[in-house]
Amino acid sequence: MAEMKVEIKKENLVYQKTPLLTDNTMHYCPGCSHGTIHKLIAEVIDEMGMQEQTIGVSPVGCSVFAYNYIDIDWAEAAHGRAAAVATAIKRLYPNKMVFTYQGDGDLSAIGTGESIHVCNRGENIVVFYINNAIYGMTGGQMAPTTLIGMKTATTPYGRDPKLHGYPYRIATMIAQLEGVCYVTRQSVHTPAAVRKAKRAIRKAFENSMAGKGTSFVEFVATCNSGWKQTPVEANKWLEENMLPFYPVGDIKG
Amino acid sequence: MEEVRLMKGNEVIAEAAIRCGADAYFGYPITPQSEVMETLMERQPWLSTGMVVVQAESEVAAINMIYGGAGCGKKVITSSSSPGVSLMSEGMSYIAGAELPCVIVNVSRGGPGLGTIQPSQADYFQACKGGAHGDFKLIVLAPASVQEMHDFVFDAFELAFKYHNPVMILSDGVIGQMMEKVILADQHPRLTDEEIAERYGSWALTGKPASRSRNVITSLDLDPYEQEKFNQKLVAKYKEVEANEVRYEEYLTEDADYLIVAFGSSARICKKSVELAREQGHKVGLLRPITLFPFPTQRIAELAGQVKGILVAELNAGQMVEDVRLSVEGKVPVAHYGRMGGAVYSPDEVTDALIEKIINRK
Amino acid sequence: MKEELIIAGFGGQGVLSTGKILAYSGVMQDYEVSWLPSYGPEMRGGTANVTVVVSDTPVSSPIVQMYDTAIILNQQSMDKFEARVKPGGVLIYDTNGITHHPTRKDIEIYTIDATAEAARQGNARIFNMLILGGYLKVRPVVTMENVYKGLKKSLPERAWKTLPANEAAIIRGGEIIRKVE
Repeated sequence: MAEMKVEIKKENLVYQKTPLLTDNTMHYCPGCSHGTIHKLIAEVIDEMGMQEQTIGVSPVGCSVFAYNYIDIDWAEAAHGRAAAVATAIKRLYPNKMVFTYQGDGDLSAIGTGESIHVCNRGENIVVFYINNAIYGMTGGQMAPTTLIGMKTATTPYGRDPKLHGYPYRIATMIAQLEGVCYVTRQSVHTPAAVRKAKRAIRKAFENSMAGKGTSFVEFVATCNSGWKQTPVEANKWLEENMLPFYPVGDIKG
Repeated sequence: MEEVRLMKGNEVIAEAAIRCGADAYFGYPITPQSEVMETLMERQPWLSTGMVVVQAESEVAAINMIYGGAGCGKKVITSSSSPGVSLMSEGMSYIAGAELPCVIVNVSRGGPGLGTIQPSQADYFQACKGGAHGDFKLIVLAPASVQEMHDFVFDAFELAFKYHNPVMILSDGVIGQMMEKVILADQHPRLTDEEIAERYGSWALTGKPASRSRNVITSLDLDPYEQEKFNQKLVAKYKEVEANEVRYEEYLTEDADYLIVAFGSSARICKKSVELAREQGHKVGLLRPITLFPFPTQRIAELAGQVKGILVAELNAGQMVEDVRLSVEGKVPVAHYGRMGGAVYSPDEVTDALIEKIINRK
Repeated sequence: MKEELIIAGFGGQGVLSTGKILAYSGVMQDYEVSWLPSYGPEMRGGTANVTVVVSDTPVSSPIVQMYDTAIILNQQSMDKFEARVKPGGVLIYDTNGITHHPTRKDIEIYTIDATAEAARQGNARIFNMLILGGYLKVRPVVTMENVYKGLKKSLPERAWKTLPANEAAIIRGGEIIRKVE
């Protein structure tokens, strides 16, 4: 096969990966929303010129390895405890930009207490909440946000509220708290949604540095592996099933 | 200037934390140690030294705040009592797994379960034998006076940063609630953010400058062989701690025919038991382990060559006695005497037990 | 010199603070001291006690089985602690509310009608200072000068205006304590 030589001229560049995204190959499945959300967060930190000032807290779940992909200092928290870890970091470094990045299991099951109390204290941090209605890392078990009737490894006949309770919208609950200045629900399944999501990320980070209180950004996300769908099917399923129950848009602020 | 005050052990923990230049306290109220946070909130150190004090929503949150704060390279301390310490144990495992320095004070009470709020030493196993998942150890200091509550806060931070390991001050309701004279140290300045970046920038969360690669505080390594290497590193570290940091106090052991081994508040009681036994003509000495890990194995082994028998007195069902037996290796009889559930023995009870179980042993 | 003392009564009678003043007085006299309260759910109306050790050598055990002196301020405490006074030791009690008086013959027993005296003076707050004064009359383990210093040290500055009344009550306590023959 003939060797192909590609010459990239700077003036021809129309897009460049932010240097804040490392060159590590992501472990996320093709089609997963995590990659897109990571990229948006990295871009915003870069555009704000805050790399040196930003400290992230990653959860237990698929995004446990977020620290391999965004080139900032990171703490990897125990399952559910990211908000507590972030509280200490922000209190001890009030001038740093501190965020947590948590899935639905981490934030709204095992870490519900910490999630509510970080918001209630109004810690000047950003909470990113990735809601794909399933436990991806452990192999597709039910999440607190799993929709009624949805099949998972622990709801093989579909989620039955009599057995498993109901899905809940923690963003709506958290919006009631005095300490929270901004609650929004976004998605990244279309280019338009990606652009909106990025603006939300920026606003949340700016709030935290302005000392306005806690900003909470939910992403309704896909887990095509867990949902057992192709990436395209998953995006469609998200639109038809997830968004009616978890509608996108600003909830507060 | 030397400042002498009459203070409760719990109050002194707070005062010493401020004075040693701690950056933060994170905790959750529980009897019998709530005065620690109460004193801090009264003192408002954020106005003087800049120390952060947060009342967390639970012990679980508190220990994870400690994890975050320690990850920042800051001097952070928490305190709790037995059931609260159980809740913190997962976090301690993570802190040990991430090799972070911090100080945890357990003003222990009777158990199991909710137990009582009265003094107990039933958490010896929990403190010294890991107390949570994974192969790790806490360095454990056992104060026997209010002055030691003060001094050990300083010592604990020094050990924590020397070995990058959580250090526990294992106290109990007696020491926490008791008032004694205490000489308070002068105020030590907190490190500035610049000093922290300079000293701990190689590992701590200080914000990633262009000059270094990113720091990650984690205890996760999915590669078993890498994880094993890390475990071996911890084993080597604990060996070093055992070689360098053993501390104990001896009382009238030079001519002793019999030995009492006791720690913390119990050792105070047993000092009097030794005096009572000597009044009755028995040459008895006391060995008080000050560090429970590392344990004074070697010294106890030496004394086992001198004495005819050993009584281990502890406010529990028999925990440290196992470590004493391992040290003695069967050379002389070792018996246990304990009270439990928050009941505390008087000095003469221990003397009687020594006579019955060891001196008059058939 | 070594004094192992228990003060026992109801929460709200100033049991713990009386012990604290005595402990502080010991500190002022350069003695070693320990102050160990019964802690926990005691509150106004519940039982409370404090063990104070004042000594010219380091205090070995802050936990004491037999006391040199017991100051008893309610019946429950009398039932519990009469037997725990060392032979030859001292038991001081306020007769108010005591239905079963102490019966031991091998200890010195004193009564102090502090409740009645405080009521007579119309100032319930001096009750525990009367008790302290009575105790110090019988067991002068610290000098009066150091007691006044200890009193001042154990009160917050905003309460210093009460010092003269408290000092007068300490003196009065010494006058009203009576030996039971």
